[in-house]
Amino acid sequence: MILAPAPVADPAAPLARRNPVAKLGAALLFSLPLISTVDPVTPAAALLVELALLPAFGVRMRVLARRLAPLLLAAAGILVSMVLFAADRSGTLLLALGPIQITTGVLTTATALILRIFAVALPGIIVFATTDPTDLADALVQNAKAPARFAIGALAAFRLLPLLGQEWRALALARRARGVDAGRNPVARLRLFASTAFALLVGALRRGVRLSVAMDSRGFDARTPRTHARLQRFTGADTALLAGAAGLAALILTVAVLTGFFQPVIS
Amino acid sequence: MSEVRIRDFGWRHAGRRAWAVRGLDLHIRHGERVLLLGPSGAGKSTLLAALAGLLPEDSGEAEGTIEIDGLEPRKARDRTGIVFQDPQTQLVMARSGDDVAFGLENRGVPAAEIWPRVSDALDRVGFPYPINRPTAALSGGEAQRLALAGVLALRPGLLLLDEPTANLDPPGATLIRDAVARATGADTTLIVVEHRVAEALELVDRVVVLEPGGGVRADGSPDVVFTAYGDRLAAEGVWVPGFSIPPVKATSTPTTDVVRVTSAAVTGRLDPVSLTVRDGEVLAVTGPNGVGKSTLALVLGGLTAPDTGQVRVTGDHRPPHRWRAATLAGRIGSVFQNPEHQFVTGRVADELALGPRRLGRSPAEIRRIVDDLLDRLRLTRLADANPFTLSGGEARRLSVATALATAPRLLVLDEPTFGQDRRTWRELIGLFAGLRDEGHAIVAVTHDEDFVRTLADRTFPLGAPDPQPLPRRSRP
Amino acid sequence: MDNRHRWRTIDIVIASVIAVAFGVIFWAWNTVWGVTEAAFAFFPPAQTLLYGVWLLPAVLGGLIIRKPGASLYTEAVAAIVSALLGSAWGATVIPQGLVQGLGAELAFAVLFYRSWRLPAALLAGAMTGVTAALFDFFVWNAKYALWDYRVPYALLTVVSGALLAGLGGWVLVKALAPTGVLDRFGPGRERALI
Repeated sequence: MILAPAPVADPAAPLARRNPVAKLGAALLFSLPLISTVDPVTPAAALLVELALLPAFGVRMRVLARRLAPLLLAAAGILVSMVLFAADRSGTLLLALGPIQITTGVLTTATALILRIFAVALPGIIVFATTDPTDLADALVQNAKAPARFAIGALAAFRLLPLLGQEWRALALARRARGVDAGRNPVARLRLFASTAFALLVGALRRGVRLSVAMDSRGFDARTPRTHARLQRFTGADTALLAGAAGLAALILTVAVLTGFFQPVIS
Repeated sequence: MSEVRIRDFGWRHAGRRAWAVRGLDLHIRHGERVLLLGPSGAGKSTLLAALAGLLPEDSGEAEGTIEIDGLEPRKARDRTGIVFQDPQTQLVMARSGDDVAFGLENRGVPAAEIWPRVSDALDRVGFPYPINRPTAALSGGEAQRLALAGVLALRPGLLLLDEPTANLDPPGATLIRDAVARATGADTTLIVVEHRVAEALELVDRVVVLEPGGGVRADGSPDVVFTAYGDRLAAEGVWVPGFSIPPVKATSTPTTDVVRVTSAAVTGRLDPVSLTVRDGEVLAVTGPNGVGKSTLALVLGGLTAPDTGQVRVTGDHRPPHRWRAATLAGRIGSVFQNPEHQFVTGRVADELALGPRRLGRSPAEIRRIVDDLLDRLRLTRLADANPFTLSGGEARRLSVATALATAPRLLVLDEPTFGQDRRTWRELIGLFAGLRDEGHAIVAVTHDEDFVRTLADRTFPLGAPDPQPLPRRSRP
Repeated sequence: MDNRHRWRTIDIVIASVIAVAFGVIFWAWNTVWGVTEAAFAFFPPAQTLLYGVWLLPAVLGGLIIRKPGASLYTEAVAAIVSALLGSAWGATVIPQGLVQGLGAELAFAVLFYRSWRLPAALLAGAMTGVTAALFDFFVWNAKYALWDYRVPYALLTVVSGALLAGLGGWVLVKALAPTGVLDRFGPGRERALI
């Protein structure tokens, strides 16, 4: 596994080209309302919509599958803990393991929760896979009125990311060279991990201090209003993307309510 | 074009008892090109930061005044530009052109003017790539060129260079020297801090030597200053041209093989290589960036497994990368390029005790080893200090000492003399020569031509231009 | 408006660097500890024991920067960093990060941004745990048994936040100060003259 923050999608795809703020907003507008229900049908419908839109973002299925892989573990976890700790054990009894009763109700809720995490996560994964960090910072400043010093400061720190990834590997090797390894002892492994993490943090902060001085030397703390070398435009198409995301979410939820599938998360 | 007047200037960093600079009077005229010298700790970098208006009021105490064209440095910030040592912590943006544009955006330059000024600055430093080249893909020398372009785009009247080539290999250093020479005309006042004088000499017409206690020791043309003060500066750690160090080569012929590498390769990082290291010799591994010198050091150090080929250490049939870490540290000592990577405790003395303790030495023995190493490497005064607070030279000496603490037969050093002043350099050379004469085998990956000339008994040029690469023979 | 609450460039960059460094640390944790990760994912309640580690940036950012918004900003950037790195949770980490950062932020705000000692750190850790627990309680855990799962999960999250993020953050600051990297920040200035 490597630390690769670069976009992994076709940048020319019609929706990937949209303004980063619009894409991020659309992802949040579409996915957050889905949290409100715990039925299996609503997230399933949302997932279908998301997968249908995938080609418009130029994200390949392979990339998506790789990023989604950790969620499979989470899904397994949900299944196990639902079986053990489900609140609602209505429905037909399928299997009884001592005090634990697995019913159709338990499985329905588990399916609903699993579909829900996929449906909620997917839009964000798609958006971040198609968005360059520099473009995101530019758009946050120019189109979302985020304070430039904070957005650009975070962006500058973000540039250190691959450097710190290499640093982690060097630190791990240096520890072995010093005669420090943990073998299979989990406590020793934890201590080794903590010591490596600490050294990484020291190096990162030292770099951060130098970087901030270098930024100030080029006028980052000048009180003159900043200009923008790169223009991010927020066009009608971006507004349409936002409206479309909100509209689709509303449509899916309305249909769910009308057809009686909707089950509010707080009841 | 700028003029600098410094009157009785002093600065003390918050939390420090000693003044970094004190009692300094200096007048630098329009268009002068000054090399600022002085032993480590004479406050050269502090002075440059002060000139650049980068000493924040809340981080120390000031005395006297500095004026740039009659303005205090903070108000004159748009007339000054500074390039630091480490290219990686000066680049701000992910794409090269954006990074040059960064300063222009900060100064509020209208968008329409930014891109012409960016390409102009990139041309002036001879940047060879298109503007969307990722900054992460640049070599050290290229990244430093880009940092210089980012400063030049702001058209400073006073250009400050703080050891701009100290972190670079010789080709990278040449790139920067050439870029400074071609990009700065008579309209730029230049102040360079550089302890390798030869690097900067062709750029300057005046040399100012700071006295560590405060004030100026010498000031004049390079010839005059180096004739009068050259030997003293050299003794204090400045690399003065013409003061070479006599070679110290092995006196006896090596007899026993310590480690033998047979066609070892790491996919994508190191092409197959075969070499033998014997006891009582210093083997220098040289070669351009990117041929895998550091990877070879890791392979020799038992830290990276070769994908193909073998590494065999005399007396053990298992390859070193399979050994337990404690065993490894007892037999092969690795010293990394960045000393801080190797520090695992909060105290200098504990750093030295760690290796022997993991080898199961007795407390009395450990104390003896630690005291001996502290003494030999002039670290006794720092025994209780936090390793992360040491200066560059001190940290380098400590990282070498940690590797010696377990008395390994083979020492693998990655750029051991990188960026060191002449004084630390001489100490390290003396130390390595002594270890070799005791029978240790030493492999050093290095760009340092002086190191090779002075100490190396044998040189292994990695990735040397070879029109007909050796055919890949038997694969194990 | 030059006062002690204005963020200097170094404050912004260091808060961001903390977030980025933790992005790398979490990434390394996942590669080094893949096995435990799987075990934890398989039995989510166990994960709450380590929940505090994810909340560390919020407390650490607050304790080092010592300015209003530091906890919130650091944890929010940490969330965006993990999303950019391809977090499987997508954009939901952003509201989640904001909510978590808010907890520590509230704790420091209640103390008028004047106390940075151990009790303040513990309070900040616990409060981050509380907000994180509330988020999970309603958003992710609604369909679990209340007393067997949701309540213990929430309590463990708070304890883990107080111990790992609160105490852990405080210990980390104490360990970082002697290295000199915090010299331009409050915790570094309290170091003895050298």
